[in-house]
Amino acid sequence: MHTIPEGQLKRQHLYDLAFRGVTRIFAFLVLTILIGILISLLIGSWPAIKAFGPGFLTSHEWNPVTKQFGALVPIFGTLVTSFIALLIGIPVSFGIAVFLTELSPLWLRRPIGTAIELLAAIPSIIYGMWGLFVFAPIFAEYIQPWMIEHLGPIWIIGPLFRGAPQGIGMLSAGIILAIMVIPFIASVMRDVFEVVPAMLKESAYAVGATTWEVVWNVVLPYTRIGVVGGILLGLGRALGETMAVTFVIGNAHRLGTSLFSPGNSIASALANEFTEADGVLYTSALIELGLILFLITFIVLALSKVLLYQLAKGEGTRT
Amino acid sequence: MNALYRRRRVINFINLGISMLTVLFGLFWLSWILWTLFAQGFNSIDLTMFTQSTPPPGSKGGLANAIFGSLLMSLLATLIGTPIGILAGTYVAEYGRRGWLAPATRFINDILLSAPSIVIGLFVYTVYVANVRHFSGWAGAFALALIVIPVVLKTTENMLRLVPDSMREAAAALGAPQWIVVSFVTLRAARAGIITGILLAVARISGETAPLLFTALNNQFWSSDMDAPMANLPMVIFQFAMSPYRDWEALAWGGALLITLSVLGLNILARIIFRQKSTLA
Amino acid sequence: MDTGNQTSHDTSIQAPPAVSKIRARNLNFYYGTYQALTNVNLEIAERRITAFIGPSGCGKSTLLRIFNRMYDLYPGHRATGEIMLNDSNILDPRQDVIALRAKVGMVFQKPTPFPMSIYENIAFGVKLYERLSGGEMDERVEWALRKAALWDETKDKLRQSGLSLSGGQQQRLCIARAVAVKPEVLLLDEPTSALDPISTAKIEELLNELKADYTIAIVTHNMQQAARVSDFTAYMYLGELIEFDITDKIFINPAKKETEDYITGRFG
Repeated sequence: MHTIPEGQLKRQHLYDLAFRGVTRIFAFLVLTILIGILISLLIGSWPAIKAFGPGFLTSHEWNPVTKQFGALVPIFGTLVTSFIALLIGIPVSFGIAVFLTELSPLWLRRPIGTAIELLAAIPSIIYGMWGLFVFAPIFAEYIQPWMIEHLGPIWIIGPLFRGAPQGIGMLSAGIILAIMVIPFIASVMRDVFEVVPAMLKESAYAVGATTWEVVWNVVLPYTRIGVVGGILLGLGRALGETMAVTFVIGNAHRLGTSLFSPGNSIASALANEFTEADGVLYTSALIELGLILFLITFIVLALSKVLLYQLAKGEGTRT
Repeated sequence: MNALYRRRRVINFINLGISMLTVLFGLFWLSWILWTLFAQGFNSIDLTMFTQSTPPPGSKGGLANAIFGSLLMSLLATLIGTPIGILAGTYVAEYGRRGWLAPATRFINDILLSAPSIVIGLFVYTVYVANVRHFSGWAGAFALALIVIPVVLKTTENMLRLVPDSMREAAAALGAPQWIVVSFVTLRAARAGIITGILLAVARISGETAPLLFTALNNQFWSSDMDAPMANLPMVIFQFAMSPYRDWEALAWGGALLITLSVLGLNILARIIFRQKSTLA
Repeated sequence: MDTGNQTSHDTSIQAPPAVSKIRARNLNFYYGTYQALTNVNLEIAERRITAFIGPSGCGKSTLLRIFNRMYDLYPGHRATGEIMLNDSNILDPRQDVIALRAKVGMVFQKPTPFPMSIYENIAFGVKLYERLSGGEMDERVEWALRKAALWDETKDKLRQSGLSLSGGQQQRLCIARAVAVKPEVLLLDEPTSALDPISTAKIEELLNELKADYTIAIVTHNMQQAARVSDFTAYMYLGELIEFDITDKIFINPAKKETEDYITGRFG
């Protein structure tokens, strides 16, 4: 029987402390990145905040020559395109998730799931290029004239579909964003659908429910929180998406009622103007746009995470 | 068979049919985009693309400087971001049972994971580029590293959590101090998963454009000076695609195909590695 | 059979009362606010096998995991009272748990081979506290594998992953790994519950040989196993130690009604 020398034990404890300390420092570093982003953007946008105050949020002025800047147009564009993206993306993602969890034969699940996930892997600049060169011309040639003819005259929503069919514009940006967020929303939905206990679904089937009724009346209510979390995650992605939108939104500082008209989002304004901005105030106004974008996505993503954590926690207590 | 029953069956049939259509909808875009890339980009991929630098407008050239810049910055970003991500992820997973730091880090990391990448670029601009007063390869690498960190952290944490506690207990029962348990047993057991995460992170940054806009910018010429603006594929594609010159546009398509193939390739490779590991264990 | 003889042989020389290795006094254990053990007092004899039996949730595994302070890994778990091992209280906050665990080895319910080769699995624990040359380490690995009756099956594939072994072999690998660091006490937490009868028999045989050098505490669900391998048996119920005595006495003539009910299957 050997005994462990005292010195060796002490050394091990020292290593233990050091290892824990080092990993702790790096965990802390990740926290400081977030705080650093906030502080640096706040400092960078300080001149603009001082100059324009809260009016920055409500002004649609954006004039580098007279040095008047307001964030309304890009905020509006960001929200509208993201809204369109969700409008299309949510039902499609739901359909895909239902197919992957309830309908697909087992051998098809992995290839289709992977294919949908690869949609998320394609770099956003590719979406942008494809949108500008391939999608927009076809959209302008075939879809937009049809929309103008058939949706244009309709009461209330009519004005949304008027104007010249240019292909690019807020609607195109929204549609491309929808394709981009589908994989994110669909994979969260699939994951949360999969945690529904088989017994719960079986009891619904046992009383004679159809597959659709099981999905709509059992699976969806059971996973509601997670589904909302997934949608918010997709929204967070859509709000901050830069390159795809920059290619197709048209980059015009204009507030149009038509979805066909070119607009601007926060991210695309930054991408287009930041390196060419001259003067402290112009740069600072753009940084303030970035700050606003970061705050909006932070809130949306934080909400999403809280909901998903809640679902995960409930999962733990149920089993 | 009563009317209500028939109605329910019809609804079921229609809705499930729509569900299948949504899958086709998703696959339709994927195949359309990939098909476009091949149709437009395939002819631009040749040897000169890898040997010559980006040309001035109206003449032929390649993407060698941009490919090199992208590789160099991605490599450095991975080298900077990976250890930080692994160590922080280790803390969250292995020391996270007590205290506030681990849950807070997990939460913030999840947000950073989906935060707009253009804001990351803006951040590096304000703290680094604005202070040294010039765009540089280093700034680009830093921005990309900030994107690598959350991806690696998240996968490290998830993979370490998959390692059963019995493994930790067995190592501790031999008298192993925790740093040995973690670094020689649990991290080792999670190795394949962590490599998967690193590959996914590399895939993610090799297509990122937005964080490079205000950091590495672009460079028309071959440059390996990390302290100067550096060419990179996404920026060249952006610039060339938006240009009116046919030669540039063709090169942009070639570059787009190249990026997409490498990103998808990395993704598939990551999946294969992960699956092989899962079947082994 | 050979082992049968040895068992009877062992029980015959066990007549002189054994020296106690571990002494627990007024031991209580809590998972957060839930009390899992209440006022446990017992002594575990040196170089003997002590078995812990009782229905699920009776606290027998909990008790075992106190002897090497395994519960320390989890927040909210705490023990009060006193457990003396070699004249030092292992519940003392100043007790070095790493040193303690090097002295008190443990084998778990399911095999837990590390994700490394068979050789490295054994060498892992040894390398922690001993500086051995390559040749010495080879010898130690062989010695441990022989102790665990695994040498013949693995000597040609020491570099293969520990995960490539069968379940029974993996469990013997874990025993070899625990033995290799030469602990004084060996804790076994239902070591055969995940194994087939043949592997179980091999491990029981092994325990009989190991007790010449080690103090062994084993938790088992299987009463026959307790009767077969142990010298002393503790019956636990609802976190209390109901009866503790020489195994033959517990199984043939228990002092308490509850013990008898459990042994004879009238429990519950």
